[in-house]
Amino acid sequence: MEKFAIDNMNLYYGKFHALKNVNLHMEQNKITAFIGPSGCGKSTLLKSLNRMNDLVEGCKITGEIKLDGEDIYGNMDVNILRKRVGMVFQKANPFPMSVYDNIAFGPRTHGIKNKKELDRIVEESLRDAAIWDELKDRLKKSALGLSGGQQQRLCIARALAIKPEVLLMDEATSALDPISTGKIEELCLKLKDNYTIIMVTHNMQQALRISDNTAFFLLGEMVEYNSTDAIFSAPQDKRTEEYITGRFG
Amino acid sequence: MADKSIKTDMNDEKEIRAINKVSFKQRMISYKRKPLSLLMLIIVAAAAAISAAALIFIMVYVLIRGIPNLTPDLFALNYNSDNVSCMPSIINTVVLTLFTLIIAVPFGVGAAIYLAEYAKKGNRLVKIIRTMAETLAGIPSIVYGLFGMLFFVYALNWGYSLLAGAFTLAIMVLPTIMRTTEEALITVPDSYREGSYGLGAGKLRTIIRIILPSAMPGILAGVILAVGRIVGETAALIYTYGSATGYAANPLSSGRSLAVHMYVLTNEGLHTNQAWGTAVVLLVLVFGINTLSAFIAKKLGNKKG
Repeated sequence: MEKFAIDNMNLYYGKFHALKNVNLHMEQNKITAFIGPSGCGKSTLLKSLNRMNDLVEGCKITGEIKLDGEDIYGNMDVNILRKRVGMVFQKANPFPMSVYDNIAFGPRTHGIKNKKELDRIVEESLRDAAIWDELKDRLKKSALGLSGGQQQRLCIARALAIKPEVLLMDEATSALDPISTGKIEELCLKLKDNYTIIMVTHNMQQALRISDNTAFFLLGEMVEYNSTDAIFSAPQDKRTEEYITGRFG
Repeated sequence: MADKSIKTDMNDEKEIRAINKVSFKQRMISYKRKPLSLLMLIIVAAAAAISAAALIFIMVYVLIRGIPNLTPDLFALNYNSDNVSCMPSIINTVVLTLFTLIIAVPFGVGAAIYLAEYAKKGNRLVKIIRTMAETLAGIPSIVYGLFGMLFFVYALNWGYSLLAGAFTLAIMVLPTIMRTTEEALITVPDSYREGSYGLGAGKLRTIIRIILPSAMPGILAGVILAVGRIVGETAALIYTYGSATGYAANPLSSGRSLAVHMYVLTNEGLHTNQAWGTAVVLLVLVFGINTLSAFIAKKLGNKKG
């Protein structure tokens, strides 16, 4: 089933044409990976999916992006959109408050006040992010005291706590050690039963290991989009082949 | 390997002669090679020592001259020309500080939130406001006093009053509070904002729940600076708050703050000793207010930030 549909999308930062006529349809309960060299626009595209680009001054978007057939730049409330489309950032960004309050921030934002309900959501989210056992005794401690890998999984738990339909991951493992990365990859594979995951990654091995579909970007253009197996075993475009075999980028 | 060596280091710290410990002799040799480096060290150390010494000298001098004059008379409930009690002035100062902050903090913090969070970057208006705030911060307080007298005391006909004094000082400390708050808001990492918006929180919630608590220590530092200026102010107050000796019983009555009280005592020349005693009280008051603010900042920081 189709979750996100991007049609004829162009994006400009001021005069700079950052994304050129992108057409991309992403499936539900699948992991879609965006790969490509730095500056190719993949993070920009990801941020357009939950309208985080609205915060960037001088950013103009044309074309159409639909979530379940509904235009996200139309009448949809941007806060509701971001509740449906959660995001994990490149650098773990826990708020300077306790682990519990970090997770509860989202649900509280969306009107859940009941203490028992919040307790349940916090435990469930931390379990889903495979970090409950490590943190269950430290819920009241500041989240800033956690290790980098724990912080990133905490941020994933925080994103899961608002029950999004889609999870956007912007190079979520690029700053982590291989063990933490492994844990987060395992987590993604587990999460895709219930969520649609779209990830930006610089690590082609990672895309190969966990994604179902891969899109390759170069200089603001989407060069190729196919199942991951097809992209890595039989790329249609010469530029894709050169990139994945490591000849540039 | 590395782990092991660290462990042994910690176990028998005393027996080991660490090779990375720089001895005095080695340091001297290195300075001989780079004499400018030694000169720099001497200059900065001397600067630090002189700055600290100047402060300590003033403190000690005030305490030595003042403490012997801290008689029970000085703290009598009511002032008369025999006891020259500073009790009314203490209370007046605290009340004045509270009134001024109640007026200045909402405007200062509000304006800073507009500048840092709402106004577009490079906005003309923002630049104008910033320049004006900086200019205002540099104006001598007597000018504020004159304005306060002409506007609040005469034009609005409030007379010499708590209200006139508080409004005058509020305008005076507004730039301080605004600029420090703005700085504090700007230093809150954008990743907090992104995180909050990314969870579907609106602007209002992001500011109140995430940004303000993180910026709280910086905001309070600005408030502490403002308190210092309020408590130490004389020129702007003489023509607005007046120098009546009793308690300012209502917002439209006149009173003297501790600093004004000290000024008047010294000026009259009859009660120089009591003026020294009052100086000690002022010192303790400022110290007390700062400690309290730091305590509040820590509490707020622990709870929310």
